[in-house]
Amino acid sequence: MSELSPAALLSNLKTRRVVNRGFAVLGILAIAIATLILLVLLSQMLIRGLPRFSGDFFLSFPSRFPEKAGILSAWVGTILVMLVTVTAAVPLGIASGIYLEEYAPKNWLSDFIEVNVTNLAGVPSIIYGLLALGLFVYNLGMGDSILTAGLTLALLILPIVVVTTREALRAVPTNIREAAYATGATKWQVTWDHVLRYSLSSIMTGVIIGLSRAIGETAPLITIGALTYIAFLPEPPLNPDFPFVPLTARFPFLNFQQLFAWLHAPFTVMPIQVFNWVSLPDKDFHINAAAAGSVLIGMTLTMNAFAIYLRHRFRKGIKW
Amino acid sequence: MVDESQTSEPVIAVKSGVELKAQAKDLNFFYGDNRVLKNVNLPVPDRKVTALIGPSGCGKTTLLRCFNRMHDLYPGNRYEGEIRLDALNILSRQVDPIEVRMRVGMVFQRPNPFPKSIYENVAYSLRVRGRIRRSILDEYVEGALTRAALWSEVKDRLQEPAFTLSGGQQQRLCIARALVSEPELLLLDEPTSALDPIATDSIENLLNELKSQVSILIVTHSMQQAARFSDYTAFMYLGKMLEFGNTTNLFAKPTNPKTEDYLSGRVG
Repeated sequence: MSELSPAALLSNLKTRRVVNRGFAVLGILAIAIATLILLVLLSQMLIRGLPRFSGDFFLSFPSRFPEKAGILSAWVGTILVMLVTVTAAVPLGIASGIYLEEYAPKNWLSDFIEVNVTNLAGVPSIIYGLLALGLFVYNLGMGDSILTAGLTLALLILPIVVVTTREALRAVPTNIREAAYATGATKWQVTWDHVLRYSLSSIMTGVIIGLSRAIGETAPLITIGALTYIAFLPEPPLNPDFPFVPLTARFPFLNFQQLFAWLHAPFTVMPIQVFNWVSLPDKDFHINAAAAGSVLIGMTLTMNAFAIYLRHRFRKGIKW
Repeated sequence: MVDESQTSEPVIAVKSGVELKAQAKDLNFFYGDNRVLKNVNLPVPDRKVTALIGPSGCGKTTLLRCFNRMHDLYPGNRYEGEIRLDALNILSRQVDPIEVRMRVGMVFQRPNPFPKSIYENVAYSLRVRGRIRRSILDEYVEGALTRAALWSEVKDRLQEPAFTLSGGQQQRLCIARALVSEPELLLLDEPTSALDPIATDSIENLLNELKSQVSILIVTHSMQQAARFSDYTAFMYLGKMLEFGNTTNLFAKPTNPKTEDYLSGRVG
């Protein structure tokens, strides 16, 4: 009879069910393919690099002999560069995000800044390398140092931190803000005591996602002149004996030069080390590359695990 | 339903001898170019309950939120006219809205406790005012929770998160948060609309107790609620204040036909 007769509706339901189930199957397939490829690639790399995994690999400098070559300078470099990146990008990015979201008047200028910050997140990293080469290396004379590298990567992830901070702040509901304002709080008190506190876990997640991107960057660091072969570590800031902190007899009694000498040291980082080994003709070095690549993946995964932990930790007790 | 015969300005006044805590005078309010309140006059008698009633969208909440300058939080809002809190015109540009909010407390439609402990929720209203000794905080928090009829229920679990409380308890917590700083005027925006009848009843009883200490201005969508415990009632319609008076008189014989229609359920 008509399209709305019980029989027609029933047969229609059958087709609707098939379409519904069809998508579910398609989705599972898509996920399976993506995960499978990733797993195969990762495990292949892990298995290839397996013969190199030993304490010595982590504690040796690179060498001409593949079995003796290690990643000591690379992982120390990566950690130090990340330290500078975090120190620069987190306060700058979060403060900018707070200002833009909470304080800035909504007008064409803030719209313009918003569009540009979002676009900056998509600028190729090599461009940041060129910018840093001009600004940090040549104009400011900071050389191819850990400081330059850290600041370059900080610039690179700054837009990510700003954008995620804004999104996290925006997620705090209006009625909580109004409740705080109604008690007679200032904008800063509302921001600091409430909005920032409740969005901290999301902000941290954004920061760590940014760092995960920075830790794998190679191009901008090669541009600023990172070394590919380095057989020494930066001067340690602390002394091996008590009282560890480098003291001097004169005011301010702290040897700042020694404390911050590592900032000006030349460096290499994990991805550059991997790239270097892959490009060598001796096939045995490729095993080193696979091993170092696995370590790099491990570092990224550790950071992401930490992000998940933080999210759970800070989310506890926050509900509205 | 437009009644052209009825254009004369309504008389909005209280009998002489009634002391006023606050008063809106020829108040206009604009969301951008949209004039939402039209020459509103409203007296708020001291230490009495004044109820704002009227159909949805008539501007009751907008009017209420003028009394603590809540509209200042969003761009494009504009006031014209005056609201006097005692002698001070709180809409004046020279007056800092924070100063106003320190004297005028507010409770919202949905319970909105902070995601903090029960204690911190109440203490926060004092903490924003500066460093305050713990012993004094403790004393004020207990006082406010007692006045909000919540102390006996929460005294053993002050450090637990506020969201472990029931909806009605959360709303009483919000009332305690507003009371702890001893406001002169308490604004309530349909405080029971998200609550069940029993919780509503306990909040109404509580407000009845409170009116000896603080002037109360309450928006309600329920005429029964207004009739039950307010001393004065104001009826708003399409952004205008149509009638104000002693609750008993206003409900018994409203002078404005619109008020009568609303009260008898023919409008809104």
